[in-house]
Amino acid sequence: MSKTVTRMGDGSSVVLSRDEIRREVVEGSEAAAVKAKIPALEENEVDYLVDMFASPMRMWSVERGHEAVMTKDGGTNTLISSRLSSGIAAPIGRETAVRLFERAFAFDSMEVGHIDYSVKPSKFIVSVEQEHMELLQHTTVFPLFYGFMPNLGLYYRPDGQFENPSDLLPLGKIDAARRTQEEALEACHDDVVWQSRMFAETGADAINYDTVASTGDAEFLATLRATRTISSETDMPVEVSMAAEMVLGFHGELEYEGTRLAGLWPHQQMKLVERAGAAIFGPVVNNNSKKSCAWNVARAATFVKACTAEATIPIHPNVGNGVGGVPMFEVSPLDMVSRASAAMIEIGKADGL
Amino acid sequence: MGTGDPNGMGMAHALASSMGGIKTAGDLVARMQLRKMRLNEAKQYVAEKLGVSVLDLSDSTVMRTVREELDIGVVTAVPGLAKGLEAKARIADLLDIHINSVERLKAKTGLGAGAPA
Repeated sequence: MSKTVTRMGDGSSVVLSRDEIRREVVEGSEAAAVKAKIPALEENEVDYLVDMFASPMRMWSVERGHEAVMTKDGGTNTLISSRLSSGIAAPIGRETAVRLFERAFAFDSMEVGHIDYSVKPSKFIVSVEQEHMELLQHTTVFPLFYGFMPNLGLYYRPDGQFENPSDLLPLGKIDAARRTQEEALEACHDDVVWQSRMFAETGADAINYDTVASTGDAEFLATLRATRTISSETDMPVEVSMAAEMVLGFHGELEYEGTRLAGLWPHQQMKLVERAGAAIFGPVVNNNSKKSCAWNVARAATFVKACTAEATIPIHPNVGNGVGGVPMFEVSPLDMVSRASAAMIEIGKADGL
Repeated sequence: MGTGDPNGMGMAHALASSMGGIKTAGDLVARMQLRKMRLNEAKQYVAEKLGVSVLDLSDSTVMRTVREELDIGVVTAVPGLAKGLEAKARIADLLDIHINSVERLKAKTGLGAGAPA
C-alpha cells in the first residue's frame, strides 16, 4: 500500500499508510469526544481528513466559496518582534506593518497591540497606543482591533502586588490562594475595562482579549465580566480568544452566572462568552507533539465542531503554533498549516480563524 | 489566528482559507461578523448590498472592479480612488452600519450633521 510523508505534532516528518492515517484520525476525534463528552466526527468527515493527510500535495485549501474571515492576535509582532512571537524583527514601524498586512498580505482584519501584549504594561503607555490606532484608522480600510492579554499572572508577586497562589498552594494554604486570586482578578478586570474604554474613544473597530484564562478560572472570570461591561456600555465589539482547551481550576470555586468555570471545555466556554455579549469567540485546542498531525487536526476539528454547532456568534479557532492542529515549532510548515486551516473551516465549520 | 513566522503562519492561512481582505470583500464580511453575524449570514448580507453573488465575494477578479466602481478602497495604489477613512465612510453607507472611526470623523467635523466641513 502506498505511503505518504506527513508530520508529527512537533513538525518532524513521519511516513504513514492510508490505513494508519485513518486510525490516527479516528483516534484523534475519539480522544476529543471522550474528554469533552461531545460527538466524534462522522464517517464522511473522517474520509475528508484521510484524503487530506494521504495526499502527497504540499498545500491544501478550502473549496472555492468556503473562504472564511481572518482575525489576527499578537498584533504586528510577527513582523516587528523577536522570536518570542516568531517575529522577524523587520526594520519597520507598527503602522507600516499594519499597512503591509492590509495591502501585501490581503488580511481580512488586523490588530494593533503593544509589543509586550499584556494589559498591565500597555496601560502605562496607552496614549502611544491610542495615537497609533487613531493614525491607522485614517489610512486603512479593513477593521482594526486593539488587542492585549489580560494575563492575570503579572498581578502576582514578584511581578505584581498580590500574593502568588503558586507559592501558597504547595503550602496547603488553599483559602489564602483563593483569596489572593479573588483580589487580583478585580484589579485585572479594572485594567481590562479601563484599557478597553481608551480604545472605544479612539474609534477602534473592536477589541481582542487574547490568551484568556492563561492563569485559570480567575482570569476567565475577570475577562467575562469585562466583556459584559464593554459590550453593554460601548459600541465596540469584543473578541474573546482563549489560551488553552480547558479552563484550569486554580481557584476551583469561581462561577459566572451560576456556571462553575473550572474544567470548562471550548463548547462550554463559548456559551458563557456568548452570554457575556462577545461578538466573536476564539476557542483553543492544544496540540500533542508526540501524536501525528492527522491525530491532532482530527481532535481539534472535533472540539471546534462542537462549538460551531451551537454558537450564535462567529467562531474563530486559534490555529497558531502548537494549537488547532498546527505543529509545535517556531517555523511553521506550509503543508500542515494549510491542512489545519482548511480542516477548521470544512470540518469544524469555523466562521474564521 | 495565532503566532508563527509570517510566511509559515499568516500567509499560509491567508492562501489556504482567507477571503482576501480588501483584495476581495473579506474586510466587508469581517465587519458584519463584528455585528455577531455567522459567516454565511454575513456573506449573504454583503453580497446583497453589493449586488453580487456569494461566490463573487472572494473572487479578486470580480471584486477588483466592483470595489473600484463603488469606490470603497482597492488593494492596489490607484490615484483618485477613496483611501482610508474616505473609503470607510462609503462602506458604512453601503452596508448600512456604524463604523466607529467614521462616527468620530463626523463628530470632529460636523459632516454627519450636514454642517460645512
